[in-house]
Amino acid sequence: MFYREAGDFKTSYDADSQTFPIAFDRYRYWLVLAVAFLIVPFVINDYWANALLVPFLIYAIAAIGLNILTGYCGQVSLGTGGFMAVGAYACYKLMTAFPDINILLHILLAGGITAIVGAAFGLPSLRIKGFYLAVATLAAQFFLVWLFNKVPWFYNNSASGQISAPERTVFGIPVTGPNTEAWAMYLVCLVFVTLSAIIARNMTRGSMGRKWMAIRDMDIAAEIIGVNPLRAKLSAFAISSFFVGISGALFFAVYLGAVEVGEVFGITKSFLVLFMIIIGGLGSIFGAFAGAAFLVCLPVVLKLIGVDLFGWPPDLVAHFQLVIIGLLIMFFLIKEPHGLAQLWRVSKEKLRLWPFPY
Amino acid sequence: MAKPAPGFIMSADFLYGIEVILNGLMAGVMYALVALGFVLIFKASGIFNFAQGVMALFAALTLVGIMQGQVPFAHLINEIFGTEIHHFGWHVPAVLAIFLTLLVMVAFAWAVQRFLFKHLVGQEPIILFMATIGLAYFLEGMGDLMWGSNIKTLDLGIPQGGSRTIEDLSAKLGGDDFYGFFIDKLDLVATLVAIVLVAALICFSQYTRHGRAMRAVADDHQAALSVGISLNFIWILVWSLAGLVALVAGIMWGAKSGVQFSLSLIALKALPVLMLGGFTSIPGAIVGGLIIGVGEKLFEYLVGPMLGGATENWFAYVLALMFLVFRPQGLFGEKIIERV
Repeated sequence: MFYREAGDFKTSYDADSQTFPIAFDRYRYWLVLAVAFLIVPFVINDYWANALLVPFLIYAIAAIGLNILTGYCGQVSLGTGGFMAVGAYACYKLMTAFPDINILLHILLAGGITAIVGAAFGLPSLRIKGFYLAVATLAAQFFLVWLFNKVPWFYNNSASGQISAPERTVFGIPVTGPNTEAWAMYLVCLVFVTLSAIIARNMTRGSMGRKWMAIRDMDIAAEIIGVNPLRAKLSAFAISSFFVGISGALFFAVYLGAVEVGEVFGITKSFLVLFMIIIGGLGSIFGAFAGAAFLVCLPVVLKLIGVDLFGWPPDLVAHFQLVIIGLLIMFFLIKEPHGLAQLWRVSKEKLRLWPFPY
Repeated sequence: MAKPAPGFIMSADFLYGIEVILNGLMAGVMYALVALGFVLIFKASGIFNFAQGVMALFAALTLVGIMQGQVPFAHLINEIFGTEIHHFGWHVPAVLAIFLTLLVMVAFAWAVQRFLFKHLVGQEPIILFMATIGLAYFLEGMGDLMWGSNIKTLDLGIPQGGSRTIEDLSAKLGGDDFYGFFIDKLDLVATLVAIVLVAALICFSQYTRHGRAMRAVADDHQAALSVGISLNFIWILVWSLAGLVALVAGIMWGAKSGVQFSLSLIALKALPVLMLGGFTSIPGAIVGGLIIGVGEKLFEYLVGPMLGGATENWFAYVLALMFLVFRPQGLFGEKIIERV
């Protein structure tokens, strides 16, 4: 009844082409932002931040990045974990080499470095397509992880081979290192997520996004109508890797604090992020959030039910978790191959017509 | 090199190089075994079956479980009912256990077809691929739930350890500082089994009714359908065959390094093999496997020490990547023709 565009008159092109054409969507968007920025930081505690919110936000950035590459440009990548590792190690090297410069700048720079690496590994995509490319990105995954394990320069010759984030502050408040408060951690991630989502959303709405989608739908046809495949594919790789790199940097510096590359940025991470965008919905920014939220919450919820409610041993619950994630993925693919985002779209369409059937 | 070398004695370094190549060939056979399962399914149904490695793990787990008379889901049952059951108390002979495991894999093939891919007919390949990733997770969790996640040893009485005969015979090739080639007997058995398996598969697909139907489906789904071939049956057949290949791979890898989770990771190693050989070619899987096996062992032996070792983790992928840039469809893959 209230969710419809009738009566909401647009008088300028700007108003006509805005992200949320329906007034109710705009209010909802501002409400979510207000709650996230103004209320959550005051009520957040360590458990909520560490178990749910911070990983959710960081994975959302990674999922947005991968969604640009896979969902919008159609290039399946299994190298997300490797690119996250690039972001993390770039951030670490920058943090330790230039301790005086603001950490937020370092995180952005880490994203930039990852973008360069990503574009380099995207070069084969001009020749290799489909599954062959998916396997080729595994080369990036394994090579990068091996590189960070083997070359001591990357971890500043530390004896354990780990990298650990020193304390850095923003406006005098520590955001990395052991003294970080939950709300500071949360806010840093939230700022990056919000900016990433806005940038990604507008990029995919613009000419660049259209070029990506043309390449995804059929690259030869796209080439014929004048899309430069070199530029479109490499820009997708670079921009996607930029976001993935930022999420890797945040994952290391803000969330975990210390990282062992093979454990944290292994192949399982690549698959996890891929699942997020499949379950969430390929080619949708909302889908990246939905998928990240779903896969971050699921293990926590299952653990709550299995361990705390039924009193089962954790290993049994972990096995169940695998079975359930597998079943859910298959179920989603059968019922709704376009993911949670499609369910959301369908329900919005229904809502626009409600309470009338047509 | 102390004594003056007569003509037929080769330098020890060179011989070690040959030994590395031989071991690489053996490792390549193992990779090819897994890659074979991929190719079978991909050819017949266009599904890129990521679960092949986990199928090998599941088959090996089931085989060990049946042989040792383990109670399936013992951990879960004990937890819910407070019982303390673990084993039925019998030991099943290996041959019977292999047969039973094969039945389980056929049942699995049927279930996959009935509950999963029947509902996904006509979907994009990427969706099917994702479905098999889901399948891999499901199967991995299921294997752990049924048989427990501890490392198991698989003992089918396959000879293991270095072969003395080959070592003694080949020692004569080199000088005093060369002690002969070290080749694991298990690898020899695996090679033999692989040869038999491939020969059997080729015979099956060339000379039997269902084999011909299978090739027809691989060639053109709709044409096959129009001459009265049941796609459903063929797909179940193909998944069962992939299950058989997975079982063989699981037995070999399991006997080599124990039945544990890392077994499922060999699927990842089979991927560059597939890329090299082409997704649609059985000879490609074998040649690709051998190239990857030899390539990564030689690279590790010659260049690895300079780079700090453990190059086996990535060399195969990078090799396949370089190769694909020049030949995007792999060595033996069908030429990719794209039309607008």
